[in-house]
Amino acid sequence: MEKCIYFYFEIKQQNVAAEKYCPIKWQYLDCDKYKQTEMKPIRKENEFDVIIVGGGITGVGTARDCALRGLKALLLERFDFATGATGRNHGLLHSGARYAVTDEESATECIRENMILRRVARHCVEEHDGLFISLPEDDINYQTTFVEACRKAGIRADVIDPRQARIMEPSVNPALIGAVRVPDGSVDPFRLSTANVIDAREHGAVVKTYSEVVSLIRDGQRIIGVTVFNHYTHQTEEFYAPLTINAGGIWGHGIAAKVGIRVDMFPAKGSLLIFGHRVNNMVLNRCRKPANADILVPGDTVCVIGTTSSRVPFEECDHLSVTADEVDLLLSEGMKLAPELATTRILRAYAGVRPLVAADNDPSGRNISRGIVLMDHATRDGVEGFATITGGKLMTYRLMAEWATDLACRKLGVDKKCTTMTEPLPGSREEEVKTTARHHDMKPHVEASAFYRHGERAAKIDARNDLDTSLVCECEGVTVGEINYAVNELHVHSLVDLRKRTRLGMGTCQAEMCACRAAGIMGEALGCGHKAQDDLRSFLNERWKGVEPVAWGDTLRESEYSQWVYNAVCGME
Amino acid sequence: MKFDTIIIGGGLSGLTCALRLQAGGRRCAVISAGQSALHFSSGSFDLLGLRADRSEIESPLDEVKHLREMHPYHKLGDKLPHYAAQAESLLAQWGIRVKGDARKNHFRYTPMGGLRPTWLTFSELAVADDSNACPGERVLVANFPGFLDFNTSFITDALCSRGAKCEVCLLDMDSVNRLRVSSTEMRAANIAKVFESEEALGELIAKINQMADGYDCVVLPAVFGFSDAGLATRIEEGVRTGVAFLPAMPPSVAGIRTQKQLRTEFERMGGVFIPGDEVVRADIEDGEVKKIYTRNHGEMGFSASNYVLATGHFMSGGLKADAQGVYEPVFGSDVYYLADRGEWFDKDFFRPQAYSTFGVETDAHCKVLFGARASKNLYAAGSVLCGADAMHELCGGGVSLLTALYVADEILK
Repeated sequence: MEKCIYFYFEIKQQNVAAEKYCPIKWQYLDCDKYKQTEMKPIRKENEFDVIIVGGGITGVGTARDCALRGLKALLLERFDFATGATGRNHGLLHSGARYAVTDEESATECIRENMILRRVARHCVEEHDGLFISLPEDDINYQTTFVEACRKAGIRADVIDPRQARIMEPSVNPALIGAVRVPDGSVDPFRLSTANVIDAREHGAVVKTYSEVVSLIRDGQRIIGVTVFNHYTHQTEEFYAPLTINAGGIWGHGIAAKVGIRVDMFPAKGSLLIFGHRVNNMVLNRCRKPANADILVPGDTVCVIGTTSSRVPFEECDHLSVTADEVDLLLSEGMKLAPELATTRILRAYAGVRPLVAADNDPSGRNISRGIVLMDHATRDGVEGFATITGGKLMTYRLMAEWATDLACRKLGVDKKCTTMTEPLPGSREEEVKTTARHHDMKPHVEASAFYRHGERAAKIDARNDLDTSLVCECEGVTVGEINYAVNELHVHSLVDLRKRTRLGMGTCQAEMCACRAAGIMGEALGCGHKAQDDLRSFLNERWKGVEPVAWGDTLRESEYSQWVYNAVCGME
Repeated sequence: MKFDTIIIGGGLSGLTCALRLQAGGRRCAVISAGQSALHFSSGSFDLLGLRADRSEIESPLDEVKHLREMHPYHKLGDKLPHYAAQAESLLAQWGIRVKGDARKNHFRYTPMGGLRPTWLTFSELAVADDSNACPGERVLVANFPGFLDFNTSFITDALCSRGAKCEVCLLDMDSVNRLRVSSTEMRAANIAKVFESEEALGELIAKINQMADGYDCVVLPAVFGFSDAGLATRIEEGVRTGVAFLPAMPPSVAGIRTQKQLRTEFERMGGVFIPGDEVVRADIEDGEVKKIYTRNHGEMGFSASNYVLATGHFMSGGLKADAQGVYEPVFGSDVYYLADRGEWFDKDFFRPQAYSTFGVETDAHCKVLFGARASKNLYAAGSVLCGADAMHELCGGGVSLLTALYVADEILK
């Protein structure tokens, strides 16, 4: 039996249809001893136990879980981590309360994962709780239904006196007639993705960004690998594994379609606005059936209102833009939660696509289940070696990864239990982050930012000399040392990637001067000023894309200054 | 308080207009809300640098006729060359040392090492005659460690692509390094302050000479001469090779110095400069401004026979926008803008933006319009005027200087 596996891999090298010689090979692969077989010595660099397609939170979480359970995993992402829905939502650490009335299963999953993330991803999470408020136009009786449903799902829900609510959260609409306190919080999806990637890698996973799966390699009714195009090197490579997991989110539809499998996704666009400072310190929700623009989430230095919901064609998923109508709707609804939003500067607008699995013909996409969908295409479509993990949401990514990895283990005959519900992510490992002696040169506020973002991993940031501690991004306190750490260790290929690892350019000025400074450092790191300048151009356009829909008031003032600096002073075109 | 003319805005156009009127015997006051756009100068004043198709303009005076109808240059008509020449001589008279000629553009260096057509450049900055020039053949690009606003990798890349051989070196000096005690301090204006000291200047020159062997030119960031443009000359004289000062990212040391110099000159001539104050409202009767009130002076108010609005574009606060439209916050004068917010911007950050041309509407004499009727005594000058796209036509400095001189003449008439 072991010989047979050996034989298969040799044959594959010679591009001979393996089936002809070894028709029963894959059953053997499922055997318990798979990991101990003789094939290890002949395994090539492009052979893995499992290939995960998609670097969103589900993909990176699955890669981590697989790696923790001893599988040799390859993670492929066509752009950068957290490019799709992962990085385009509220960043809400759902308590599940929002789904309690309409979808008990999701609510139960949410509160369980919420409590897990507070433990294992401490450095990505802010625990500030949330309020579900009733306004005069809302039905106050809904509050009772809501509280009962929360308790049934295991979510703590305390009814608060409106006057008390105003003391707890001074920005809340003073007209409120009811409030319920729930354990909502916020989570930084970029940081969470990075932590999963780091841990996956440290457990032997191979991670490739800007590597787009162009086709799945088929051998009869079996998927045996993928063909990948690298957007940086422009080279095409092949990778092999007995199992490929499609974790492409909304793009998973297209990945499955490459082998003629239909995964009916439902692309529902949601738009959000980021405000220039943190207006509220607790999440504010409307206590009513979920509707448009009724969640205001504080996170880091800002707060975010969202979302809208509208169906979009698949072609639009890569080119989402926020319309003036959506901006106006978000603003007018947001003001009902916190009136101060009317006079607060808006930093930018963005949109994401919910990767929902189509279940009925609901035109708004709101009533579709947010439940997790795991498809084993062997049983569903008769195609072996291929599975799709989809549906779900940011909050339940870990559980999705667990399901997908359980399936992988079953298929590969590996008997290892999932540990991600207890094993802290890198950055959340040390109980209390101690200032290390080598950081004595880092200014206290800069040091605080670095530890806030990277947890105990901030100790890896060079701060040995003045150069390392020079500030690049003043809004967010990003130093040269932090940029070098990100470039060397966190898969940074561009300024957009760098932004997601460090928050560079995400503050009030939206990368006015830091973009050019960081581009210079990248230019030196990559040894090519020309490429760095092209990158600077795309970065400024990426920032502008989010600013332009809301460019009035101080936002326009700041934008004109940025355009003056880069267009007129620097002469960039 | 009563004056002959009150100028609102202490930037390039406000001070130019005020100086000209003060020299013409009028008693003027300038009310300035804060930093002017001069602080973020490119190091040059552009007159007209690029055509709509992005091609470079050699003779700006010949190209004005092709500009869009509402461009402020058209208000000056055939007197535009006269005002350009007048600006050149007045700047020299006021102690602003620049090089250049309105009849033919030269090229200024950008902080990225590129070259852009321009009209007048501050004397210490390097310039070129064509868009393919380099400051030398073997160039040493010198920077201070950690001064991230001088991008040596972009500059060497640009110079190398134009045929120069470039090396980068760091000027490691304790006096400059000390700035990093506060991590936000390593910026152009702070470095300039270090070199106000003779000792630091001497050390810098010695340091450059140690490293300059084998090069014919040393490129330095233009961060010298906070109060005296002559500092750069002293470095040039002290260094054995050629020296070329290239602008760093804003703030611009030369721009800050120029704003200070214009203000000093205005006050020397007896003008009243009121810094850090802001006009909050005005009494207007039948299109005539009677009195203006500022934040710091409350009900006392200021009155004058004539008023000049020189408050700048959005960046300087001269224009404001909300989700519904664009307005001019001091007088509520007529503003040209597009009603549909969706048309204000191009999706590409680097392409011309419609909002750049928004601004205050005036008659042929630069008198501000209220409900399409010209004010009796309120003029507008500089970038608050509608019709110019300073970023893509490269005409910002010219519009500020020339319309200011034109408005002064209209008032002096």
